[in-house]
Amino acid sequence: MKFDKPATDNPIDQLKVVGKPVDRVDGRLKTTGTAPYAYERHDVVPNQAYGYIVGSAISKGRIVSMDLTAAKAAPGVLAIVTAKNAGKLGKGNFNTAPLLGGPEISHYHQAIGVVVAETFEQARAAANLVRVEYKRTKGAFDLEAMKDKAEPAKSIAGGGTSDSKVGDFAKGFANAPVQFDATYRTAYESHCMMEPHATIASWQDDQLTFWTSNQMIAWAVGDMAETLGIPKEKVRAISPFIGGGFGGKLFLRADALMAALGARAARRPVKVTLQRALMPNNTTHRAATIQRVRIGATKDGKITAIAHESWSGDQPGGKPETAAMQTRSLYAGADRMTAHRLAVLDLPEANAMRAPGEAPGLAVLEIVMDEMAEKLGMDPIEFRILNDTQVVPDNPSKPQSSDPQSKKPEQQTKHIPHPPFSKRQLVECLRLGAKRFGWEKRNPQPAKVRDGKWLVGIGVAAAFRDNLLTKSAARVRLDKRGVVTVETDMTDIGTGSYTIIAQTAAEMMGVPLDKVVVRLGDSSFPVSCGSGGQWGGNNSTAGVYSACVKLRQAVEEKLGLEAGQGVFADGHVRSGSRNVSLAEAAGDQGLVAEDFIEYGDLDKQFHQSTFGAHFVEVAVDSFTGETRVRRMLAVCACGRILNPKTARSQVIGAMTMGVGAALMEELAVDKRIGYFVNHDLATYEVPVHADLPPQEVIFLDETDPISSPMKAKGVAELGICGVAAAVANAIYNATGIRVRNYPITLDKLIDRLPEPA
Amino acid sequence: MRTGGEHMSNPEDCELKGGASEESEIVHNDTGITRREFIIAGTATVAATMLPTLAYGQTPQQPKLVQPQMAKVALKVNGTSHELELDTRTTLLDALREHLRLTGSKKGCDQGQCGACTVIVNGRRINSCLTLAAMHQGDSVTTIEGLGTPDNLHPMQQAFVKCDGYQCGYCTAGQICSAVAMLNEIKAGIPSHAMADITAQPKLTGAELRERMSGNICRCGAYSNIAEAITEIAGRTV
Repeated sequence: MKFDKPATDNPIDQLKVVGKPVDRVDGRLKTTGTAPYAYERHDVVPNQAYGYIVGSAISKGRIVSMDLTAAKAAPGVLAIVTAKNAGKLGKGNFNTAPLLGGPEISHYHQAIGVVVAETFEQARAAANLVRVEYKRTKGAFDLEAMKDKAEPAKSIAGGGTSDSKVGDFAKGFANAPVQFDATYRTAYESHCMMEPHATIASWQDDQLTFWTSNQMIAWAVGDMAETLGIPKEKVRAISPFIGGGFGGKLFLRADALMAALGARAARRPVKVTLQRALMPNNTTHRAATIQRVRIGATKDGKITAIAHESWSGDQPGGKPETAAMQTRSLYAGADRMTAHRLAVLDLPEANAMRAPGEAPGLAVLEIVMDEMAEKLGMDPIEFRILNDTQVVPDNPSKPQSSDPQSKKPEQQTKHIPHPPFSKRQLVECLRLGAKRFGWEKRNPQPAKVRDGKWLVGIGVAAAFRDNLLTKSAARVRLDKRGVVTVETDMTDIGTGSYTIIAQTAAEMMGVPLDKVVVRLGDSSFPVSCGSGGQWGGNNSTAGVYSACVKLRQAVEEKLGLEAGQGVFADGHVRSGSRNVSLAEAAGDQGLVAEDFIEYGDLDKQFHQSTFGAHFVEVAVDSFTGETRVRRMLAVCACGRILNPKTARSQVIGAMTMGVGAALMEELAVDKRIGYFVNHDLATYEVPVHADLPPQEVIFLDETDPISSPMKAKGVAELGICGVAAAVANAIYNATGIRVRNYPITLDKLIDRLPEPA
Repeated sequence: MRTGGEHMSNPEDCELKGGASEESEIVHNDTGITRREFIIAGTATVAATMLPTLAYGQTPQQPKLVQPQMAKVALKVNGTSHELELDTRTTLLDALREHLRLTGSKKGCDQGQCGACTVIVNGRRINSCLTLAAMHQGDSVTTIEGLGTPDNLHPMQQAFVKCDGYQCGYCTAGQICSAVAMLNEIKAGIPSHAMADITAQPKLTGAELRERMSGNICRCGAYSNIAEAITEIAGRTV
């Protein structure tokens, strides 16, 4: 189905099942330990051997020699694969650095081999016997030092432009009565999903099947085929349960490749999990940024000029963190510019982590808005509302593609310089949030509110993230029991895909939820949008919607009903005087339909985004500078909420990760040898139970018929956008200390704290 | 210092006193450092912690290959007795996951840092990745599979479903095992850091619960919902 006109009434609007806060359909499996994750598939192939990855001990240079003698002779060892005996390997379309290094080394902990043995203990012990001699060459590991050599990014995620300009920023800023100019820094961050990357690979002749943990099945298949140099028809990926991803499992990674190579060499199925301590350096991370923002405004607070520049680094051939992107769309102002500069670094590969671009971008822009409001003597909420815009102020002639897979052919649509938003309720989010959170009680004078030894403050930030549209397909079967089975290669990374897809199919076919079976994450199913960029929920359900429309037609056709006249409800289809159960309609043969959603140019006519407002109360220990988050509220306007329970979980989870970015998360770089030092869960700190208060989320009652037949949009990443700034602003309100360098750890506060009362 | 030998081929954390200033240097993967760096760093900072068997300046000697030491381990898991013949290096977690194929307990880090592998041994919650199976001769182990099944959920499992106390599900077994044992710890009067008076009987306040559950990381950030689920059960049982 092509979606090229705004949605009108359709069966989803009944909201009998969709929109209800139903429990997850996979909840009983997840809570009993019976949901099978990649490494646990003892059931799929017999005789699995264990692989253990050896990571490079240098960041850049060459392997001079590898001595495998002892490792090969170790008990239980079946095979060792290194670049020397792996055969010719390509590089996946989505990988910046090769997954198997050697002799050239691209980054620290790049896989340089896999040792396969009968048992895990044997593989690990033998891996420790591999002796490697390297020749280390000088690398660039310091973004600060490389900043001035950074160049305009040639390639941007999604295919947009590195720079943009409207009017004359320099002039507008120079003429502005009130000016603000500051530079900020965000940290390198690690996804740290709970399940390490893991794969079981099995060859049958030249056919490879791998059970893995991956957000984007079709990308994984394509890149596995590309890397091995085999046709993708010979590759099957299966990933029904994924222990978190956050962008870290968007791509084929070393676990999968090394399992495939190990299995080929050992002539046995091989299972490999990436050791936790390898993950931050071996896989991708969120790039650190340096961001400079300048705002010029009138004395009464109207923004006249705004500029946002961002510097980040990546491996050669990589992409920048698009931290200035949201500044093209979020606030009004006539004279403006954005720019992304990319430095070539030899640190591990940077790539997408939850809300790439906006998460670090808003972490900065929304402090700037707080600082500028203060400079203007305005309430920060009123300052934002005054500069709201219902059209996109800066829409470059080659806009960022809305297709995250960048596979949609360029459309010959007329460029609209200032497209309207399909729906934009930022002001409503801010106003409602202010009311619910008790904003009026905030003392605009910082460091004035004390609670015993604690300095207490509250902060706000706007949330913004684009809604991305991409093709998504599904197959739907109806059987003689009246059961509807959905098959799509969509993944559920904790987002609730199983549940909202089941709800969609139940609503469309008029059956209760327990008559729907959802099967996900198998490349033998139709290709979906996959999970990433908060595009999964809306697009995958729209794909299922399309397939269900076809299945409804098939039912009508089989029963000889007038097309489009059937009423599907209570497991029956009614038309005129006829009322037939779906079980009967399906008959012994059953019925099957397959379709996809694809999009016209509605996303060019209208800019599609999601909006929100984050409110945070913190208490800062006046002696130690320790920050505790006391209250959090998010108000979100992001289209129809398909399941308020799972959608809320996405938002509280994102808020939690935002607190991590604000207060603790930072991969520390050893600039001498070029690696992330704190590469495990003890030294890279993520929020724990004790760090989070109860959180509140409000969804505005909204539908967006421009987005899809589901009238839904993304949710999962909006929840992190702006959180870090809301925390930073609350800390400023509590202490009077501005920290422009994330994370805001106590050492950045302690020497400037007000005297304890 | 972290666990075991798995870092020996990549001892990433060793302190370096030198630097990567030269255009090219020979580096060995045992340490990731050069001879020069090693000499500067000296035995006090590096050799003592990182290089128990090998020192630079010597020709690396091939370690003597040792056949795995096997041990008979009797475990009672979820009420069923098992006699296993295990490599003595096998962790309790791998005995459960790889040998008994009880894969409900998760391996999130294999380093005792995340809590995903939490199981209940003789009534107490432990990280099963940080203990060798051979150390649990005759012990009684309860895993997530022993608490309830999809058709017959334990009340804590029910509460997690109702409160959406999970997202990806990978920390969930650990959270649930931890929560069940934690409530018993409170009953038993075991103190925590969150208590003002450690001699008092602990109460299940929000702060107490969050402190006691902080060994179980949930990167999806379901903490708020997990706390709600545990509170709901505690209301019934504590």
